[in-house]
Amino acid sequence: MKMLINVPETVVPDALRGLAAAHPELTVDVENRVVVRRDAPVEGKVALVSGGGSGHEPLHGGFVGPGMLSAACPGEVFTSPVPDQMVRAAAAVDSGAGVLFVVKNYTGDVLNFDMAAELAEDEGVQIAKVLVNDDVAVQDSTYTAGRRGTGATLFVHKIAGAAADEGMPLDQVAAIGHRVNERARTFGVALSACSTPAKGSPTFDLPAGELELGIGIHGEPGRERRPMMTSREIADYVLDSVLTDLQPRNPVLVLVNGMGATPLIELYGFHAEVARVLGERKVTVARTLVGNYVTSLDMAGVSVTLCEIDEELLRLWDAPVRTPALRWGV
Amino acid sequence: MLDAAFFRRWMAEAAAVVTREADRLTELDSPIGDADHGNNLQRGFAAVVTALDAQDPKTPGAVLVLCGGKLISTVGGASGPLYGTLLRRTGKALGDAPEVSREDLAGALGTGVQAVSTLGGAAAGDKTMLDALLPAVEALAVSFEAARAAAEQGSRDTIPLRARKGRASYLGERSVGHEDPGAASSALLIAALADTADTATDTTAPAKDGSDV
Repeated sequence: MKMLINVPETVVPDALRGLAAAHPELTVDVENRVVVRRDAPVEGKVALVSGGGSGHEPLHGGFVGPGMLSAACPGEVFTSPVPDQMVRAAAAVDSGAGVLFVVKNYTGDVLNFDMAAELAEDEGVQIAKVLVNDDVAVQDSTYTAGRRGTGATLFVHKIAGAAADEGMPLDQVAAIGHRVNERARTFGVALSACSTPAKGSPTFDLPAGELELGIGIHGEPGRERRPMMTSREIADYVLDSVLTDLQPRNPVLVLVNGMGATPLIELYGFHAEVARVLGERKVTVARTLVGNYVTSLDMAGVSVTLCEIDEELLRLWDAPVRTPALRWGV
Repeated sequence: MLDAAFFRRWMAEAAAVVTREADRLTELDSPIGDADHGNNLQRGFAAVVTALDAQDPKTPGAVLVLCGGKLISTVGGASGPLYGTLLRRTGKALGDAPEVSREDLAGALGTGVQAVSTLGGAAAGDKTMLDALLPAVEALAVSFEAARAAAEQGSRDTIPLRARKGRASYLGERSVGHEDPGAASSALLIAALADTADTATDTTAPAKDGSDV
């Protein structure tokens, strides 16, 4: 597999150096792997810290900036960051109002953020945590590590980030984050496996005529494999999974998220089918985002996240944001 | 008796075997994980060796506490906290004795493995590293070689299991038929321990009855 890299070992620091060069409004500590908004700590405001494995870009570093994350901690590719990174980030962004950790429900992320929370609290930083677990493809959470955190992470970052920006206290910002997560559901499909730089070849074998249903965001296979389907059939299947679980009565935010190697023309074509199904099912769409936001390296495929919202959450969603990957209202 | 030098050799041997077997661990991690287990452990144990050279801890317990902390700081993922906790808690259980017996180590390792179970919320049969470590701890009370054999058997025995913890659990029935990479790397760690004990027996004071030190 050809890749636009130097050597696999330096993929993460190389990308961080590029992020720094492109975005002078961020402070990027390449050695310690922490991305911080340059004006942090912001006086009197709660700070948001998130992170996880690299390979999901623009998540997480691309969401650092006013109105969203205060800092991000990128780990190795598909590997949770280490506690030292989160402790360092928390210390850099805490104004005294406390820090919210936004953590995707993957065993490694949970363990490392929990260890970091303990260490940061020892250093006098008040920590709250929102666990994102929106993936409805994980059906039997008793016999698994529980639902994975995927696309809804973007909604939690944006909406809780806006709440912090409004000056809400830590417990309230955390409560908003929980609310977003509780009302958000995601289902993803893969048309091809991805290749990690370290391995250099696809992480699993997906024949040309088949697709994986119910994938996570780490190149892991899904819950089921089927013969290739059309965009229309995939939208029917994906939204049926999401809506069966969510059953929204209020308007929703829609995220049609590319996994990394699916072109926008296909994503928009797919979104036409998503909009059709939502119309048929009488679900009101408040806002829509189509693009590559929570990716899985060069995996081809798409995930759909719906988040049922109310007036407050919509106001926070519409609030100004200025980050490398998401910016409006400013 | 086992001194700090023995434990340093164990960690160096673990680093060597993880490097030798990194590709196999990553291969095992591909069908049911995310294809990085070998690389992650290799990075962590390389940092462990560097830290041991720089800091020279004086007791068996101090060696393992230092190594565990280093794994937590460098590996990431689930393996970092889990392996780091294993070594740290084992080291703490050994206390500050300058030398420990194999039986002492078996007891302390039991404490470490219990801590791993608590942290990860996993139990025997969940298709995790515990499936190699739990039988190894029991067998270590008998001999180093028995521990090696038990860990290797425990790892092979994960093949027909359905994963209930970690990332492989998302595959449900599709995780059946694959050896768990965490169990495989745990078996390597125990094999490194048995190899270290072999070397100690060969070069220093072989036990007269031919049993383990």
